[in-house]
Amino acid sequence: MTMSLDVAGLVKSFREREVLRGIDVRVAPGEIFAIVGPSGAGKTTLLRCIDFLLSPEAGDIRYDGQAAPSEPAPMIALRRRIGMVAQNPYLFRGTASYNVSFGLCIRDVEGGELETRTMEALTGVGLAGVAGTRASVLSAGEAQRVAFARAVVVRPDLLLLDEYTANLDPANVNILESAVREYNRSTGATVVLVTHNMFQAKRLATRVALLLEGRIVEAGPVREFFESPRDPRTLAFVRGEYAF
Amino acid sequence: MGVSPVSGDILHITALSLLVSGTSTLVATLIAVPIGTFLGLREVGSARLLRNILFTLYGLPPVLAGLLVFLVLSRAGPLGPLGLLYTPLGMVIAQVVITTPIILGITMSVVSTVERRVKDTAFVLGADRYQLSITVLREAAAGVLTAIMVGFGRAISEVGAVFIVGGHIEGQTQVLTTTIIIDVAQAEYSHALTLGVILLVIAAAIYSLLYRLQEKTLA
Repeated sequence: MTMSLDVAGLVKSFREREVLRGIDVRVAPGEIFAIVGPSGAGKTTLLRCIDFLLSPEAGDIRYDGQAAPSEPAPMIALRRRIGMVAQNPYLFRGTASYNVSFGLCIRDVEGGELETRTMEALTGVGLAGVAGTRASVLSAGEAQRVAFARAVVVRPDLLLLDEYTANLDPANVNILESAVREYNRSTGATVVLVTHNMFQAKRLATRVALLLEGRIVEAGPVREFFESPRDPRTLAFVRGEYAF
Repeated sequence: MGVSPVSGDILHITALSLLVSGTSTLVATLIAVPIGTFLGLREVGSARLLRNILFTLYGLPPVLAGLLVFLVLSRAGPLGPLGLLYTPLGMVIAQVVITTPIILGITMSVVSTVERRVKDTAFVLGADRYQLSITVLREAAAGVLTAIMVGFGRAISEVGAVFIVGGHIEGQTQVLTTTIIIDVAQAEYSHALTLGVILLVIAAAIYSLLYRLQEKTLA
């Protein structure tokens, strides 16, 4: 229930703009790895490359030491080991429980197991009471929690979180941060968290990397990263003094 | 060909209209929705070209469609031996030819305009190509229902093609629209008006039902 991730020399451009300029990063199995950086640094693009939503122009991504397969069936199997929660997740038409059960249904989970796991996932984010509520009437915080439950209900080995608590109130942030810790603790899954919120990285991560202008500036254990950074840009970013 | 001098039994005519238009809409839906979804999910050059052709076919005059189907079904035509000319089944074929491009084109448009986030979300959650198509179709259900509504509206109100292919044979291929034409030609205005009201009531009932379904899918 875990996965290592190795990214080497990753390059991605949108027209003339090179967003990722040779990313090298290694995430160990079972760790919570935070990638911090200002808006526009390339954090979301990196996650979308890892989750096959974007194709990089150059570089290599290895999952458990293996390149992504080219055959459709093993590729789908790999994709199903990876979960992702976006900053503004889309909830399908239907109820909260329909959304949470979506990943289970497409994996042919049925009957009692489907119901039990769906309710467990909703309970895990404190939303058992809204199972039958239409997704369209949920608050932003509830919607984000449903999206998180939807991602973890299928127990991915690698969980990608893209600014998943941005714009939420402290109560919802607290619930979602606890849910990540609990998921990581109970399953041993690897978590890659992208955030511009240094405090969140400090609270959740075991290791942190700074991504600036498409490059990883520095990566290290959370304490070392925040207390004794090697790179002056990291020091400036941690102090909130970096001029972008 | 025996064109009836006077309109036949109203109930029978109404039932045949519903049967022909309902069947043709159903067949056209079964053809058009899967193909429209498939093409709507692909932003490739050939799909764009096909979309342009379909939009052109929206304007296909029903009499021309009727003439083409007539030639195909006539004794000398490729499907002549099947004996479908002047039968309700022949009329269904003519209406399928007219309504399929409409339902296909609208389905393709609504699927292609479904938010990118829907496709990304289904993909990220592990959907394969088929599951992704079903998910997008489900999200676009209100638009697809509109396509079916428009297709049925075209079928039930269509007159030229069913006249040519059906022949308006008393008790066999008379439908509401062709009977109204004949009634007017024979100054049977009250009968024509009765049929017109029935046509209007059918359209209102069907649209009201589909509108409710549409509202439900948008919830």
